[in-house]
Amino acid sequence: MNYLYMFYNWIKQAIFAIPGRVIALVFFIALFCAPLITKSEYFLGIIVLSTIFALFAVSWDLLSGFTGQLNLGHALFFGVSAYAAGLLNIHLHYSPWITIPLGALVAVAVGLVVGVPALRLRGFYLGLVTLTFPLILLGIFFAFPMQTGGELGISGIDRLASSRVAEYYIVAVIFTVSVLLIWKLTDTKNKVIRLGILLHAIREDEITARASGINTTLQKFIAFALSAFFAGIAGGLYAHYMRIATPAALELFFSFQAILWTIFGGITTIYGPVVGVFILYPLLELLSGVPWGEQLRYIIFGVVLIATLMIMPEGLAVWVLDKLEIECPRCKLINAFTRKKCRACRAPLRIKKKTTV
Amino acid sequence: MLSKIIVQGLVSGGIYAVLAVGFSLIFGVGKILNMAHTAFYMVSAYIIFYATSMLGLPLPASLTLAIILTTVLGIACYILFFNRVKHHDTTVMIISVALAIIFQEVLLLVFGGHYRGVPPFARGFMEIWQLRVSYQHLIAIVTSGVILIGLWIMLKKTGLGTAIRSVAEDREIANLMGMNVDRILLIVMAISVALAGLAGGVIAPIYMLSPLMWQQPMAIMLAAVVLGGLGSIGGCVLGAFILGFIETIVIFLVPGGAFLQGAVSMSVMVLVLLFRPEGLFGVVFEEERL
Repeated sequence: MNYLYMFYNWIKQAIFAIPGRVIALVFFIALFCAPLITKSEYFLGIIVLSTIFALFAVSWDLLSGFTGQLNLGHALFFGVSAYAAGLLNIHLHYSPWITIPLGALVAVAVGLVVGVPALRLRGFYLGLVTLTFPLILLGIFFAFPMQTGGELGISGIDRLASSRVAEYYIVAVIFTVSVLLIWKLTDTKNKVIRLGILLHAIREDEITARASGINTTLQKFIAFALSAFFAGIAGGLYAHYMRIATPAALELFFSFQAILWTIFGGITTIYGPVVGVFILYPLLELLSGVPWGEQLRYIIFGVVLIATLMIMPEGLAVWVLDKLEIECPRCKLINAFTRKKCRACRAPLRIKKKTTV
Repeated sequence: MLSKIIVQGLVSGGIYAVLAVGFSLIFGVGKILNMAHTAFYMVSAYIIFYATSMLGLPLPASLTLAIILTTVLGIACYILFFNRVKHHDTTVMIISVALAIIFQEVLLLVFGGHYRGVPPFARGFMEIWQLRVSYQHLIAIVTSGVILIGLWIMLKKTGLGTAIRSVAEDREIANLMGMNVDRILLIVMAISVALAGLAGGVIAPIYMLSPLMWQQPMAIMLAAVVLGGLGSIGGCVLGAFILGFIETIVIFLVPGGAFLQGAVSMSVMVLVLLFRPEGLFGVVFEEERL
């Protein structure tokens, strides 16, 4: 009974007191309860693809948002893993449980190769160099259609599981675990895993970070490997869920989509990309169902994106959380917007500014 | 074969150079990474197509119309969107990507996804030292050459050029020296988009038009800019010509070259950058060096 009470207390302090986490909890509960509410394959399919793309966008945020290594060709990791998983499955008949981790490892290897220029380049230079890698690979794929399927890609890959609902839960569980893992890894306040604060330091000022004794080379490689790993998992899941691996997974537009989603939701936040994908991707899909939607959907997509960014340049999730949460000026604890005093130290949250003459 | 390679290389190199210079100008001066740059070039090509095929205007008139309309569109985009969020670099980039997608989809909606052709400005060809050059290619080469030289003179010799270069170097000091930075940014944006519009107008009779035609030149243009060194106009012209020639050689000499053209030229760029991270002519500041 005592433990139950302690657990209740912990939940109350760690989740219910912070609006952002309440929203996250509601989101995850909704994610896991969705198959109980609707059996429609169409809606479940949209949610599955949203979760896969959300993992992809989060991995971009880990690399480009947190570490500041602007990667404009992130589709490389996704596409390489999708192709690797597909080829392993088609030719060697490995099950998805083997091909997805192997695909992710291939993506990690590619990520380490891409990480080499990152040691010497930075900012937009790095972005423009990384942008070219998927295009180079795409050119090679088109030049050797026998092995890679050319424009049509690889089709006939095994399904993830026998039933749609099982597939849904596999993807949902992997997504939840991965995102919570990335969120923990990048937590700058964590005293045990110091990766978050190290990556943060590299983003803010690399030379100072190096002068402070941080092995920036190693940390950058870790960031590239981690990001490529999670993007690779997303790619493998995508290949096995859609049962095809197409050149579309390597295109420029797909790389940009990760960036569009992330910036829309809020960069450097981990939850931002999730919010971005879960709003923009279903919007795009649902628009194709209405009359004229098929033709107009990318125009509407672009207009919504621009309008949002004009009003909230920091991203939707950041803007909303800014309205819902207040940081205590004294103890830096996060409070709900309804409170007038900090829940821990009772300091007044809103200090009325004296009107200056 | 050799003559074809030289002519085609000069044409594509010249076009990439005009595009890369425009992109590099607005990036260097305003820190605006305009991913919609080649989308403006596509819009201009389509305006020419519309004016010649649908309205029946003569080519010089439609070229002028295309450049004016594209420039107006670019300035409108700058005032409405870029100018308001210019303090967030990545947001500017995302907005430009969104704009490019919107242009692409609008053109797809209006003209459909078919490949379109524009009749050439001038038919026939002439021979220069046994090189057989069609007038259309000659026009493209001469136009890009004149534009590049004119831009060079404008930047180096005129007052406006000095102002643009000083804003690129240090915006705050330029402002303190009494330059209207906002107005100069607007002018640079107009020049940049007008260059893209001109490039689109010149290539419209040579290449086929399609709503996806902006993607491939954009990748090469970015590669050229990085190869030459961001912020160096001469560097990006050289980079554009190098990549233009490599691309042409690959198309003519390698089997399956049409697929590999982008891959090879971009691999060259990556290799050069591994040995010279600042590009061929880029400037490295002491604090920026790793």
